[in-house]
Amino acid sequence: MCLAYPGKVVKIDGNDGEVDFGGFTKKVNLMLMPEIKIGDYVLVHAGFAISKTTEEDAIETLTALKEIRDAFYEERREIHKEGV
Amino acid sequence: MTENPIKKAIERCVELLPDGKRWQVMEVCGTHTMSIARMGIRTILGEKLRLVSGPGCPVCVTSEGDIVRSIHLAGLPGVIVTTFGDMMRVPGGGKSLFDAKAGGADVRIIYSPTDSLKIAEDNPDKQVVFLAVGFETTIPSIAATVELAGKRNLSNFSILPMMKLVPPALRLLCEHPELAIDGFILPGHVSTIIGHQPYRFIVEDFGIPSVITGFTDRDIADGLLRMSAMLASGAARLENSYARAVPEDGNSSARALMEQVFEPANAYWRGVGELAASGLNCRNEYARFDARTHFELPDGEPPEPPGCLCGAVILGKVLPTDCPQFGKSCAPENPLGPCMVSSEGACAAYHKYGFSDEK
Repeated sequence: MCLAYPGKVVKIDGNDGEVDFGGFTKKVNLMLMPEIKIGDYVLVHAGFAISKTTEEDAIETLTALKEIRDAFYEERREIHKEGV
Repeated sequence: MTENPIKKAIERCVELLPDGKRWQVMEVCGTHTMSIARMGIRTILGEKLRLVSGPGCPVCVTSEGDIVRSIHLAGLPGVIVTTFGDMMRVPGGGKSLFDAKAGGADVRIIYSPTDSLKIAEDNPDKQVVFLAVGFETTIPSIAATVELAGKRNLSNFSILPMMKLVPPALRLLCEHPELAIDGFILPGHVSTIIGHQPYRFIVEDFGIPSVITGFTDRDIADGLLRMSAMLASGAARLENSYARAVPEDGNSSARALMEQVFEPANAYWRGVGELAASGLNCRNEYARFDARTHFELPDGEPPEPPGCLCGAVILGKVLPTDCPQFGKSCAPENPLGPCMVSSEGACAAYHKYGFSDEK
């Protein structure tokens, strides 16, 4: 549950930001990271940027987390398919 | 194990460690639990280094009483309950939020706690209650949500506080007479908020080496290598293998907001019981956003489900595979306890990634 996804800040309007997660962008609240600038890489958790990170981290972590989540949800889908 | 350098690094850990002892290292993060299981690291480590999963999943440590109260809230007329998805299938008192929803309760899965505010604004005739579970990674976003609710003067939004703090649980693990933990792999994303300071007692008071690490295969391998090197040399340091995302001071803006909205409170952990100052309640100025001031909820802590060893699994006293229910009367499709439900539960990880090599 403490998963945080890295992405690149592409837009800032007050506390409202937009973060690019390698192909899709999502609105992100920046109020916990007041020092953030456009072009920074951030970790996003529950809709909030919580920490700065690096581009390298963004690429590597996104790949690793996707594997974990895909595997988990694949199992959940199988369960639901069985009508449980 | 897909990458050879990673496998080599893990093999190197085994070489580094002195013989004649079974070393025990605990990871205290559900995402680490999943990564380690997925990478098949335990197979390479063999008997010499045992990795045990600790209380690293906020859903898993949520008490039976809190689950029962959450389900009770969902059943009240005029109430919309908002929750992170992981809470949906956790059983409490014989049913789950999923069952409550199937029975007509208005339970909504949200991505961000702030989604609850929009739902409250769109439903002025309903009370919206967010089930506030989470460690320090999540707590600042919950604090921000409560603060925003205050600014917007929302009178139909509240939270059920079930938040937990990681350092008090780590102290309990250090002091526990039955657990002989030689090292801790510390949670990367919790650390982005709290920084290094709250972990120092582990090293300074208990002499247990600790490494903060991230979630990629390389991070995990690096964290374990650093740990093995410290164990081999007898050094006890706090090392940070995830410095690219974890500054030494953590996130002070996030902590300031947490402290503005919440104050420490005793909290009840599954498998542990009540731990002093290990949870958070709303401060007086925000007390109107505590659901317990608006609703009468069932009191106390009912016993955990009979036969369920989640409590012992959370503390690393037993492996998921030591539980007689594991994979039999408890599986992801019919979970007895939260560790089999949550996407970060130790039992779910062992079940998903195989477990024949774990004993």
